[in-house]
Amino acid sequence: MRLLVLPILVPLGTAAVLLLAPKRPVPQRWISLMGSVLLLASALVVFLRVNTAGIQVLHISGWPAPFGITLVADLLAAILVVAVGVVGTAVTAVAFAGVDPRRESFGHHPLVQILLMGVAGAFLTGDLFNLYVWFEVMLVASFVLMALHRTRAQVEAAFKYVTINLIASSIFLTALGLLYGATGTLNMADLARVWPTISTPGVDTVLAALFLIVFSIKAGLFPLFFWLPASYHTPPAAIGAAFAGLLTKVGVYALIRVLTLLFHSAPPALYALLLAMSAATMVVGLVAALNERDFRRVLSFNLVGHIGYTTASLSLLTPAALAGAIFYVLHHIVVITNLYLVSGVLLRLRRTTDMAGLGGLYRDQPVFAALAMVPIFSLAGVPPLSGFLGKLAILEGTFAAGAYWVGGLVLVVGLLTLLSMASTWADSFWSPAANAQDLATPGTAFLATIAALSLLTVAMTIGAEPIFDLTMRGAQQLLHRDEYVRAVLESRP
Amino acid sequence: MEVVLAVASGVLYAAGIYLMLRRRLAQLIIGLGLLSNGTNLLIFTAGGLTRARPPVVPDGATTLVEPYADPVPQALVLTAIVIGFGLLAFSLVLAHRVHATVGTDDVDDVGRE
Repeated sequence: MRLLVLPILVPLGTAAVLLLAPKRPVPQRWISLMGSVLLLASALVVFLRVNTAGIQVLHISGWPAPFGITLVADLLAAILVVAVGVVGTAVTAVAFAGVDPRRESFGHHPLVQILLMGVAGAFLTGDLFNLYVWFEVMLVASFVLMALHRTRAQVEAAFKYVTINLIASSIFLTALGLLYGATGTLNMADLARVWPTISTPGVDTVLAALFLIVFSIKAGLFPLFFWLPASYHTPPAAIGAAFAGLLTKVGVYALIRVLTLLFHSAPPALYALLLAMSAATMVVGLVAALNERDFRRVLSFNLVGHIGYTTASLSLLTPAALAGAIFYVLHHIVVITNLYLVSGVLLRLRRTTDMAGLGGLYRDQPVFAALAMVPIFSLAGVPPLSGFLGKLAILEGTFAAGAYWVGGLVLVVGLLTLLSMASTWADSFWSPAANAQDLATPGTAFLATIAALSLLTVAMTIGAEPIFDLTMRGAQQLLHRDEYVRAVLESRP
Repeated sequence: MEVVLAVASGVLYAAGIYLMLRRRLAQLIIGLGLLSNGTNLLIFTAGGLTRARPPVVPDGATTLVEPYADPVPQALVLTAIVIGFGLLAFSLVLAHRVHATVGTDDVDDVGRE
């Protein structure tokens, strides 16, 4: 299906147009928004096709797999590309509330589009080396977006972020080299076919461990997550929202893909290790979040902790647990993006996200407070919002798989999340303002975008049944790897 | 030949990691560069070495004759070199800016709050 290339081509074209268009803010913002809406539309077309007609494959330039680069969209990839469109539209829409003029003249808008292209490419590719290339596209765009500022905190954060990612890239490349040496192919479907016939326990363990390390760094799992809270709170809210919503999820996606397709018969110790890392991630993330007094840092640690939910479910490799993980990823993308945008409004209103300078917003900005309530309480897991349903799905999956202690831990960490979000809500919105007063209005662009994302969360709550059905089908598709292998290798360009 | 390249790649990894554990920004970046070159060498070696047999179909034949050098690892290394070069250039500029903003090239002083 040729349309499969659209979610990659549309942001690329938009970035090119943005570079050629006049450097004035208004045309740049409109073109960028149009590009994101088109990306969302093309992602929806791909998704609808995959939903009705099964896995879609595109052999680039007519080179059949495994010789050329293949784009593959199964349900998981298609759903996530739609999420890229949603996040892209949200972060380009808030640009209308104002972007730092220096950033804007240095290419803020084209870089956001390149970032979206990298993420969409990573979700759609069917080739591991190509996945590495998309990772780099996405990373270079994120490096520049992070380093565009000159304040000390931002430059330092960018430096840590760049260093850890360059190290991770080297490990990724090492794993790819060894994998190619062992198999002679890097096409994922071809690998899934030949791997069981040639893998030996030693090679299997080394490669699986290398991939686990790389994608754990990208996803932010304990003990490899320390770069994330050290950097994600420094860039402007829209950029933080895009990073938090999409970048760690690419790591989770890559873990899901590699573990379900290649290492499903890896030594059980490896899955136990992933499970232990996920459990530690949940606990450490949320305990650290409780210890923070800055709104954006609380979000960073919540982001880390909740990634643990999804990877813990993934490590069980049962359809129900995997479906719960996918549902939770979708819920989390929408909610965490929204919360970073909320932090942008806080910055506009009070010039700070430190909770000492917040408070009184429930009285002063009732509309904004009502809108912000949805993502805050959804992340906290208050019934009936999508966060509650996501946790319920994960719980069902873990209990059905007999991993009772994981289920128990999910419940305890859920309680910690509730505590973290409730105190954040109380300190930022409810408690009387210490000595602060609002310096600006929230901005219509911010309010409209937050309202739209909150509505989406409510919609995901009401429409949870069909969405859960969808993630269940996606999970079954992931576990029936023959279907994926046949779709790629038996289709002709 | 494989042994020599394997040792060379190992030495590059070791030197790269050693330099990254030092405290100066410049050494960190040189370390990153060595690490990525060690990786390139590893891909090249792991892909299998065949000397003086380019993968070109001879005149009059329709298929390649074994043994021939596998062109894929070379393509992979080429891509990795280009990406690594760009990233190294970017991190040099970033390190320069860190030095200009923070006023030191000691990694321990970067990010101290």
